[in-house]
Amino acid sequence: VNRTEALELVKDSISRVVPGADLDALGPDDSFRDALEMDSLDFLGFIEALSSRSGVRIEDEDTRHLTTLSGTADFLVARAG
Amino acid sequence: MGAFTMPSLGADMDEGTLQEWLVKPGERVRKGEAVAVVETAKSTVEVECFESGTVEQLLVEPGTTVPVGTALALIAPFARAREARGGPDGTVEETPPRPEPRRAAPPSGTEAARAPTPTPARAHEHSEAGPLLRHLAERSGLEWEALHGSGPGGRVTRGDVERAAGAARPPRIRATPLAKRLAAELHVDLGTLRGTGTDGAVRAADVRSAAPGGATTPTPAHRAARPRAAEDRASARRQAIAALMTRANRDIPHYYLSTTVDMAAAMDWLHEHNRRNPVGERLLPAALLLKAAACAAREVPELNGFWVDGGFVPGDGVHLGVAVSLRGGGLVAPALHDADTLDLRQLMAGLKDLVVRARTGRLRGSEVSAPTLTVNNLGDQGVETVYGVIYPPQVALVGFGRVVDRPSAVDGLLGVRPVVTATLSADHRATDGAVGARYLTAVDRLLRNPEQL
Repeated sequence: VNRTEALELVKDSISRVVPGADLDALGPDDSFRDALEMDSLDFLGFIEALSSRSGVRIEDEDTRHLTTLSGTADFLVARAG
Repeated sequence: MGAFTMPSLGADMDEGTLQEWLVKPGERVRKGEAVAVVETAKSTVEVECFESGTVEQLLVEPGTTVPVGTALALIAPFARAREARGGPDGTVEETPPRPEPRRAAPPSGTEAARAPTPTPARAHEHSEAGPLLRHLAERSGLEWEALHGSGPGGRVTRGDVERAAGAARPPRIRATPLAKRLAAELHVDLGTLRGTGTDGAVRAADVRSAAPGGATTPTPAHRAARPRAAEDRASARRQAIAALMTRANRDIPHYYLSTTVDMAAAMDWLHEHNRRNPVGERLLPAALLLKAAACAAREVPELNGFWVDGGFVPGDGVHLGVAVSLRGGGLVAPALHDADTLDLRQLMAGLKDLVVRARTGRLRGSEVSAPTLTVNNLGDQGVETVYGVIYPPQVALVGFGRVVDRPSAVDGLLGVRPVVTATLSADHRATDGAVGARYLTAVDRLLRNPEQL
């Protein structure tokens, strides 16, 4: 995956769990979890969606790095190789 | 013949709007199957029927708001339906009379609204005599003692309550959906109109000609009303919560207990489980907290049930209410049925499903009406301690805050451990502090031994 594809995957996965989320209003370094008021179930849904779309297995320990669009995209690029 | 009635979906519900029928006349339905979508002040709910049979007649049109207990449809049990069809003669007389709102002569008083003669001793009525019926009676403005019981041993059945409630209700007005909407918009009382439609049903034209200023086009008013709908809905939801919580704070003498639970073992177990399993089967701390709350409720049944008419009535299982906040504001607390018997995987799957449906507005009636004890987990909102208000007629509410790392003494040494604050709000009429303490102690013990959950 390249960076642009990774970012799209992240946005797609967020839209799955928060339908109608205004992703354009979200800065690359904003905490989307706070901005979109995602609770732990929403966040788990996001991780599931992202994991299945990217084929990257995401562990509990990884999730604390996955708070911003840009951080999550970087993570995917690094893991997917 | 059974009447499928507007169910009570919580202590705070007086009326509901039939939004959509999920079945058609002639269709076969099974007990527990969703047959209609009902909108209450708080949520939209799929309502199940309590009897298997064939849908005979739909009595209420979508968009109509009716009080709890109103007959919505007639469902003929399978055996009876066959009998009525197959009988060569005379069988018609065995079929109980159904309400005939279409009668040519205008019905006098309450006659048309009277519920049909009940099938004697329906199976589900046995289990229902109890707190919920008393509530239904109370809500319908009926004196419990004055009700005539037709069940075994003179027990009052749901049918008895509904009949009595039905007798007290005004007759239904037949009108087309458009006519009803127009009547509401033009402030016309449908009851004062003479219908010119089929079987005397009130048509839109009847409403228009009766409206002050004669015919009006409905479109602008309707369109103008649209944007308000969401606002009205949020406000109605707020009002429903306000009424219920006011009642809780007025009637229930709450006492509050709190304890800090060491979550180190639970979190280790959880992370280990998540490492070993596919992402789709991952557990959240909430699953462990809910399971512990449910198992503790089984151990301390005094907190699992209802306070009704000055006495405690235990729940028929641990149906754990889970407080779910809605995106548009407000919250609902639908039930995870028999949560104490589910393994963690099932409980997690049930929780996910429940939350999704709570937010998309497709809960089932049995989930909304049944919780025996509610859990409020505000950990996601970042708070550490929850002092909750009990949902009447329940007698306790369990609160969990966020799992946080705190310095803590373990075996004489200071270490940093994940902990969670568990609180209990309990009804002092039903229990004393010692019982509450026993409950929180059980929660603590269960969470320290996650492999047993």
